[in-house]
Amino acid sequence: MPPWLFVFLAALSIISALGVILQRNPVHSLLSLVLTLLTIAVLFMGLGAVVVGFLQAIVYAGAIMVLFLFVIWLLNLQVETRSVATGHLALKFFGAIAAATLVAELFAIVTRAPAGAGATAVPSGYGSIEQLASTLFSEYLVAFEVTSVLLLAAIVGAIAIARRPAGPVRPGARSA
Amino acid sequence: MSSPPVPELIVGAIEAIVMLLVALGLAMMLLYFERKGSALIQDRIGANRANILGVGRRLGLPNFGLLNTFIADPVKMFTKEDFVPDGADKFVHALAPFLALFPVLATFVVIPFGDTIAVAGRSFNLQATNLNVAVLYMLSMIGVGVYGIALGGWSSNNRWSLLGAIRASAQMISYELALGLAIISVVMTYGTLDLQQMCHAQSGVWWGWLPRWGIFTQPLACIIFLTAGVAETKRIPFDLPEGESELVLGYSVEYSGGKQAAFMLTDLAEQALVSMLLTTFFLGGWQVPYLYHDGFHLPGGALIAIPALAVSILGVIAFLLKTVVLCLFLGMVRWTLPRFRYDQLMRLGWKGLLPLGLANVMVTALVIVMFGGTR
Repeated sequence: MPPWLFVFLAALSIISALGVILQRNPVHSLLSLVLTLLTIAVLFMGLGAVVVGFLQAIVYAGAIMVLFLFVIWLLNLQVETRSVATGHLALKFFGAIAAATLVAELFAIVTRAPAGAGATAVPSGYGSIEQLASTLFSEYLVAFEVTSVLLLAAIVGAIAIARRPAGPVRPGARSA
Repeated sequence: MSSPPVPELIVGAIEAIVMLLVALGLAMMLLYFERKGSALIQDRIGANRANILGVGRRLGLPNFGLLNTFIADPVKMFTKEDFVPDGADKFVHALAPFLALFPVLATFVVIPFGDTIAVAGRSFNLQATNLNVAVLYMLSMIGVGVYGIALGGWSSNNRWSLLGAIRASAQMISYELALGLAIISVVMTYGTLDLQQMCHAQSGVWWGWLPRWGIFTQPLACIIFLTAGVAETKRIPFDLPEGESELVLGYSVEYSGGKQAAFMLTDLAEQALVSMLLTTFFLGGWQVPYLYHDGFHLPGGALIAIPALAVSILGVIAFLLKTVVLCLFLGMVRWTLPRFRYDQLMRLGWKGLLPLGLANVMVTALVIVMFGGTR
C-alpha cells in the first residue's frame, strides 16, 4: 500500500469519524459511521489483513449499521436541537477523562514505536483465510467457543424479551 | 497485497468494462422481456406501436416493440423532470440511487466468465479481478447494497416510501442469511472462496456421464440460493416492498427520471447478477459438459479434438448461454407466480430457508468429514 493511499484513507476515516459526532441528523451520523467503517476495512485490506477487512465490511458496515438504521427509524429519532456545548456536566467530565486517556495512549504508542518498524516483511500467507481459520480454531479455540455461547445467550435473551406474554389466543389471529 | 504490473491492470480494466457491458446488456434484455415476454405469457400483444416516422410500417416490417424498450422508454425516462419532494433530505435523496446501483455493478468484476485464455503467447484470466476471497467480497457488496434502498425510502419524506424501505431492508437482511448459508455449504464443498477455482472444481463427470456441477452436489443449496436470490432482487413472488394498493411503488415512489431509472436498473442488474452467481456456483460456470482442454470426451469414449482457443471461446459462450437461460427463467418466475403476504415472506425466510440452510451446512460438514470431501 503506497503511503499516499494510507494517508488519504486515514484522513478520510478521521474526517468521517468527526462527521459522526458533529452532525445533528442521526441518519447523517450513521452514514458517516458507515463511511468510517468502510475506510477502516479498506485500510485493513491494504495492510494485508484482507479477510479481516472484508469481515469488517460484512459484519459492521453491512449488518450492524443496518440495525442502527432500524433503531433510528423505529425510535423516530429527530434532528438534534441541542448544541454540543449544553450537555450534562457529568457527561462532559467523563468525556474529558476518556479523551485524555486516549491522547495519552496515542502519545505513548507514537513515542515508543521503533523507527522503521514497518520495514519488516510480512510472512507469506499472512492474513489469508486459511491462516485466520487455523489460528482461530487452534490457539483461540476456547475463546471462540465461549464467544459463541455468549452470542447464544444474547439471542435467547432477546427472544425472551420480545416474546408476547402468554394469554388466550384470539380466534383467527395470525402469528406474524 | 503487491500491486500487479500495469499491463495486467489494463487487461483487468478492459475485462471489467466488458463485464459491465454484458451486465447492462442482460439488464436491457430483461427489460425487453418485461415488455414483450410478459405479453407472451399473459396472451397479450404487448408493445408494438413505437416507430420512427412510420418507416418500419411503410416497409411492412414486423414491429417487435424493440424501439419501445430501447429508445422510447429510456428517452422518456431520462427527459422527465427530476423531482425532489418538499422536505426531502436533498443530499441523501440524490445519493441513494447510486448507493443502490454501485454495489450491484461492482460485484460483477469477480465473476469468472471463462477459463484462462492464451492469445499471442500470453495467458489472460477471463475474470476482471481474481480475488481469492471473492465470496466475502460478494457478500460485503450485497450487505452494503441495502443502504441505497433504505436511505432512498427514508430521505423522500413520505410515509409510504419509508414503509416500503423498511419492508425492503428487512426482507433483504432476512434473506441474506439464507443466501449466506447456501454459499457456505458451496464453499465447504469446493474448499475455496475463489470463484475461478470453484469453476475448475466443477470439471469432470461422475459415472462417465453426469457433469460434476454444483447443482448435483448441493441441490438443496441451489434451491435455497435461487429462492433467497429472487427475494434479494425484490421481484415477484417477493415484491412486498412495492404494493399498488398499499404502498404504491414503495421506497422509490418519490423518485423520477434518471434516479428512478437507476433504481429499476438496480433490480434488473441484480437479476442478472443472481443468474451469473447461480451459474458460477451451481451450473459449472464456463464449463461445457464433456469438454476438456483438448476437446470433447463423449460418454462413449469418443474424442472430438478441438483447438485450445476454441475451447476457451466455447466456455465463454457456455457461460453467457447459461446466464441468459437463468435470466429468462427468473423473468418467467416473475410473470407466473402470485405474491406472498408479508408474514408468509418472513416465515419462509426465518422458519423455512434458514433452518434448511443450517441443516444443509451440517450435513455437508458431516459428509466431508466422513468421506474426505469431494475435492
